[in-house]
Amino acid sequence: MQTIERAVSCRDVKKHFGEGEARIEALRGVDFTADFGELSFLVGPSGCGKTTLISVIAGLLRRTGGDLLVLGRRLDDLSDGERVLFRRRNLGFVFQQYNLLPALTAAENVAVPLLAAGLARRDAVERSRALLSRLGLGSRTAALPGGLSGGQQQRVALARALIHEPRLVVCDEPTAALDHASGDAVMRLLVDNAVQPGRAVVIVTHDSRVFHYADSIARMDDGRIVEVTHADVGPPPLDRPGAHESLKEVSL
Amino acid sequence: MNFVALRMLTGDRAKYFGLVFAIAFCTFLLENQTSIFANILNRTASQILDVTDAEVWVMDPQTEYWEQTKALKDTDLNRVRGVPGVQWAVRLFKGNPVARTREGKFAACFLVGLDDATLAGAPRRMLMGSWDRLWEPDSVVVDKAGYILLFPDEPLQLGRTLEMNDHKVTIVGISDASAPFVSLPVMHARYSEAIDFLGRERTQLSFVIARPEAGVSPEELTRRIAAQTSLRARTTQEFKWDGIEYYLKNTGIPVNFGITISVALVVGTVVAGQTFYLFTVENLKQFGALKAIGVANSRLVGMILLQAASVAALGFSIGTGMAATFFEITLRNLATRGIVLMWQCVALTGGCILFVTLVASLLSIRRVLVLEPAEVFRG
Repeated sequence: MQTIERAVSCRDVKKHFGEGEARIEALRGVDFTADFGELSFLVGPSGCGKTTLISVIAGLLRRTGGDLLVLGRRLDDLSDGERVLFRRRNLGFVFQQYNLLPALTAAENVAVPLLAAGLARRDAVERSRALLSRLGLGSRTAALPGGLSGGQQQRVALARALIHEPRLVVCDEPTAALDHASGDAVMRLLVDNAVQPGRAVVIVTHDSRVFHYADSIARMDDGRIVEVTHADVGPPPLDRPGAHESLKEVSL
Repeated sequence: MNFVALRMLTGDRAKYFGLVFAIAFCTFLLENQTSIFANILNRTASQILDVTDAEVWVMDPQTEYWEQTKALKDTDLNRVRGVPGVQWAVRLFKGNPVARTREGKFAACFLVGLDDATLAGAPRRMLMGSWDRLWEPDSVVVDKAGYILLFPDEPLQLGRTLEMNDHKVTIVGISDASAPFVSLPVMHARYSEAIDFLGRERTQLSFVIARPEAGVSPEELTRRIAAQTSLRARTTQEFKWDGIEYYLKNTGIPVNFGITISVALVVGTVVAGQTFYLFTVENLKQFGALKAIGVANSRLVGMILLQAASVAALGFSIGTGMAATFFEITLRNLATRGIVLMWQCVALTGGCILFVTLVASLLSIRRVLVLEPAEVFRG
């Protein structure tokens, strides 16, 4: 059996949009890794390429240069259909604006990845209810997203990202729309449920309040990774002298 | 994922009902207008179709439709009878005398003169009295609508008298003749009396109606009669369509209805199609999230088609129900009697709705297929 050392491995990954004078270099040669069992943060100012990078990592965009391995697979070798299947089986997504389907109940929203995989509706919703209970939303499984607070909606979105037990969870600003307490609760649930051996989490965020959860923080600027900080080589990033201020600047 | 598609569709009640009723009203308008149009044109052939005994009509070569007659020679009847394949042939008179009641109310009428010996050519259904009583002197059968026109607010009653061309005639029956194109009373009398009720002219024979012998088709008989007599011979259906074509070519009816139907088609279908398209566009974020999660394009296409099919089916059913209710109500009205929801119009409208829904679906599908799932990360 093949042993995969890293969940994500980017080497000199490039991505541009448009051609000629309209050409925009979104990624200018990114080196980035995310390990299993870790929570990897991507931080940086708006427009620095964070969203493009996680879109490429998640197989939603095709890179235009460099080398990319996700869960040991070279995504560019996959056809469009195989990429869809790869995402369905291996990836979970948490979006800034939750992107829950407003007409579905919380449990039904969580069940969507299972339904997409062909599971029967009753079984899928049953499993979703169980997971929501574990995430503290057992009494809200029948509620529509409109009847849930922002924190609750993000917990539902988190459950949707985890229900099919993906090996890589990609989060885009998961706490940006939440107050401190709700954001902290979501991050704790994410750490408790998603950060496990054989599973990795990559988070794009501006929210410096949650940096202390990171195992590594990669700071991006102008389409490149300019600094990587690991928690295991020193104190947690926010406790490291000077780190807090520099990250605060980044978040601005 | 089918239930997800349907819940997405019905989740926003205001949009959902807007979409369903846009299709329902489009359906109603199209079915209503096309049915009225077709029924009105059918009325031009009411008196032809009421003659169920005969299958062949013989007339002057220049006659184009029922209303336009030039009298044949009395000898033409025998010439037609002499054509091989004719089982029987009888005279039929059509005229437009004025009938006046004792109270002074009067109306121009359609008067049909039936063969004295056989009364061939009479409509089958009688509401009061019997066709046999036409053999009584100076008698007529009037249709119910005509009776009510001449004797408003009075109960149907046999034995009432009318004055027609200085003749006192007695109503001996009330028929259920089909409504004519123009709302005039329809009367039937014996041929020999009918020509007196109108006023004698040198020749009075409007039509000869005939029936082919067994083994001879009406079409074949019309060819034989035309060849042998140089008269115009048409089957009942051909004569019906002659009239319809005449009205289509020579009146403003098709233009008027055409405009209404076109407006209904354009406004109704554009509104319905655009509403559905906008519904998809407004849900692009949701479709994008589903794409990112790993829902295949083929599944998304299936979801959109299911949404379109269900909303079209529901809207079409409601619209057809509304149209059926409309015609059910107006069917009891004398002026609109006989105007029904035609299945051909329902089928035609269904085709239009299907086409529009399909076009709107394809546009929606295109938007979803070209949607980059990465869009969901962009706020």
